[in-house]
Amino acid sequence: MTQLLDIKRLKKSFTQPEGGNLLILDIPEFQIAKGEQVALIGQSGGGKTTLLHLIAGLLSLDEGSIRIDGIETNVLSEQGRDRFRAETIGYVFQTFNLLPAFSAIENVRLGMAFGSGKHQYSRAADLLTRVGLKDRFNYRPSQLSVGQQQRVAIARSLAGRPKLLLADEPTANVDPSSADSVLELIRETCREEEVSLLTVTHDMQIASRFDRIEKLDEINQVDHSSASSG
Amino acid sequence: MSLIHIAWRNFCHRALSSFLTTFSLALGVGLVVLVLSIYGVISEAFTRNASVGYNLVVGPKGSPLQLTLNSVFYLSQPIENLPYTEYMEFLSQDERASMVKKFGGDPKLAERNGRYAPFVSGGFAIPLALGDYFGQYRVVGTTPDFFTKLKHGPNVDEDFTFSNGRAFQTYSPEHQYFEAVLGARVAKDMKVGVGDTFNPTHGDPEGQGHAQGFHVVGVLDPTGTPNDRAAFVNLEGFYLMEGHAKPVENVDQFKPQNDDVLDQTIDAVESDEDGSEQDTSTADLQTTVDAGSSETSDESGSSEKIRLLTIPEREVTSILVRNGNMLFAPGMQNAINEGIRAQAAAPIGEINKLMSMIVGPLLTALLAITGITCAVAAVGILVSIYNSMNDRRRDIAIMRALGARRSTVTNIIVFESFQVALIGTIAGWLLAHAAMVVFSGQIEDQTGVQVGFFTTSNYEIFVLPLVLCLALIAALLPAWAAYRTDVGSNLSA
Ligand SMILES: Nc1ncnc2c1ncn2[C@@H]1O[C@H](COP(=O)(O)OP(=O)(O)OP(=O)(O)O)[C@@H](O)[C@H]1O
Ligand SMILES: [Mg+2]
Repeated sequence: MTQLLDIKRLKKSFTQPEGGNLLILDIPEFQIAKGEQVALIGQSGGGKTTLLHLIAGLLSLDEGSIRIDGIETNVLSEQGRDRFRAETIGYVFQTFNLLPAFSAIENVRLGMAFGSGKHQYSRAADLLTRVGLKDRFNYRPSQLSVGQQQRVAIARSLAGRPKLLLADEPTANVDPSSADSVLELIRETCREEEVSLLTVTHDMQIASRFDRIEKLDEINQVDHSSASSG
Repeated sequence: MSLIHIAWRNFCHRALSSFLTTFSLALGVGLVVLVLSIYGVISEAFTRNASVGYNLVVGPKGSPLQLTLNSVFYLSQPIENLPYTEYMEFLSQDERASMVKKFGGDPKLAERNGRYAPFVSGGFAIPLALGDYFGQYRVVGTTPDFFTKLKHGPNVDEDFTFSNGRAFQTYSPEHQYFEAVLGARVAKDMKVGVGDTFNPTHGDPEGQGHAQGFHVVGVLDPTGTPNDRAAFVNLEGFYLMEGHAKPVENVDQFKPQNDDVLDQTIDAVESDEDGSEQDTSTADLQTTVDAGSSETSDESGSSEKIRLLTIPEREVTSILVRNGNMLFAPGMQNAINEGIRAQAAAPIGEINKLMSMIVGPLLTALLAITGITCAVAAVGILVSIYNSMNDRRRDIAIMRALGARRSTVTNIIVFESFQVALIGTIAGWLLAHAAMVVFSGQIEDQTGVQVGFFTTSNYEIFVLPLVLCLALIAALLPAWAAYRTDVGSNLSA
């Protein structure tokens, strides 16, 4: 089976404010196949966001390797990684991270702006329509509800036709029935476009819909029971 | 979405701050462009005024600049005068002989060619006598040659034209020697026209008025030269005003032997110069009028026959000379300057010296001040963008997370600075040129230089590149901050 994401002996620690290093992640092995959809669950402060940032190349790892689509991203130059990210990875941030100066459709178009692919307006419009924001193209993020902002973020993450979509609690800010439909939307789109999906959630209800559920505690060898606040 | 589009969105997002920054830059650029335009207008006014159709001004020894100022620009006080004989040095033996005969003077003058006459041959020498005023305007005593031989305009090929009337004549039966022609501005300002008379005041604008009135027979069209600001009177009439004759002992010995032939002599001189038949008849007429009637003489306050000044009594302030062959000009200038009495100055050279000595540095200082204004505006760009960097760190991190490179986010900042620079420069340019248009009437009145909206000075093309450079420098610090923005720690989690 071809692995789209292949993590080996990954270690990541942060310098603590009071000095000294705190090891957050120590993952001997973790893989996602092409087109596979995985739910990642774990306690707060466990390092889920950190793992996604590492995969996206937004943080650099201390040890080990991350291979995406056959390319070892952690040895790429920074420029190479930026470019790789623009073309291969979609990311729905836990806090959406929409740009306030830009309208909904412009935010989606920004998802295509930095890659080498075409910047199609029609693609952006299509995605926004699919997430149910057909009549909100020109709204600024501040004029959108939290759930609507989240849907813009989802449309943006898919705009650049990524191979891997990282979604950090994409349903945390919507009511349960909307959460279901947002999740269905993501999964549906990923299936259609053959995108591998790694979704972080702590909602077991949501996680249970996935064929494959991973617990960070199990793949991560760092014991957080003492460090975490729960 | 292009980077420029992204930069523009950022510009609009911080609309007030962007507007204020751009506006302050526009004011700075506007000032610079205005100063450049004024510089352009002044230098054009000066060179235009120096395009006078003659290449040398001859006057008493002294400052060549002052000579130029008072003979070309009718500014500053005349230094001294030259004896009329100095003027005669530019004339041929024939002309000199007829003058001696007509006005009376040392017979030896008639025995030789003027010393500089060979240099001038084919050109002209026109005498000027200054010293009187009409209102605040200079009265210029000269000969009718002034209006026929001098040209003006950018290519120095335009003749003087009259909006009303004609050039004055050396002698006319109606007004004898007392005809005048006014520059356009004088006529407009003093509300005097053809048919009116005026009395020059002696020495300075507030000086005592002469009893002698001059009849305005023509008003010139505007020329955009200092001639617009002058009241021209017939040199012979000028000499006849009280106080204008140089006191000479025993004048009588120089008086023409035969007063009766006087007018025929004038006639001879006149026809020598332009070969006009009409002058002959005028002169004939004059003889009869003078001999038979005193009616017309009443106006000049004298019923006696008018006696012209003798050569020793005559003085000129300066002589406008054009060499028939320009190759002779330097030789003649040297010859004159080696003499004891006179100097010859090249107006264009003097004006360029003046420009580089006084006007140039003054404008350079002005330019420096406005340049500093621009630099301050550029600092404004820096401060405005740099202050927004705190808000922007997150935006930059997001764009980086979307795949933008460090260089891309850096470029966005630079583009933003360029945007302010471009808009500010264009707005400033428009402001300055709009101001020029608003004041174009006054500028034309004062300098004769016409300015339109699209009148640009040579240096203006440097403004935009310069401001863009400033903008680039201003963008360096924020761009560096953008470059260094760390993605991981600035993405809110
Ligand atoms: N830049 C950083 N410097 C130091 N420590 C950090 C940094 N970023 C994260 N950490 C620490 O790493 C741990 C994991 O953080 P992370 O954001 O990955 O948690 P998470 O699993 O996503 O939690 P949540 O479910 O609440 O979002 C936390 O204890 C956090 O304090
Ligand atoms: Mg998290």
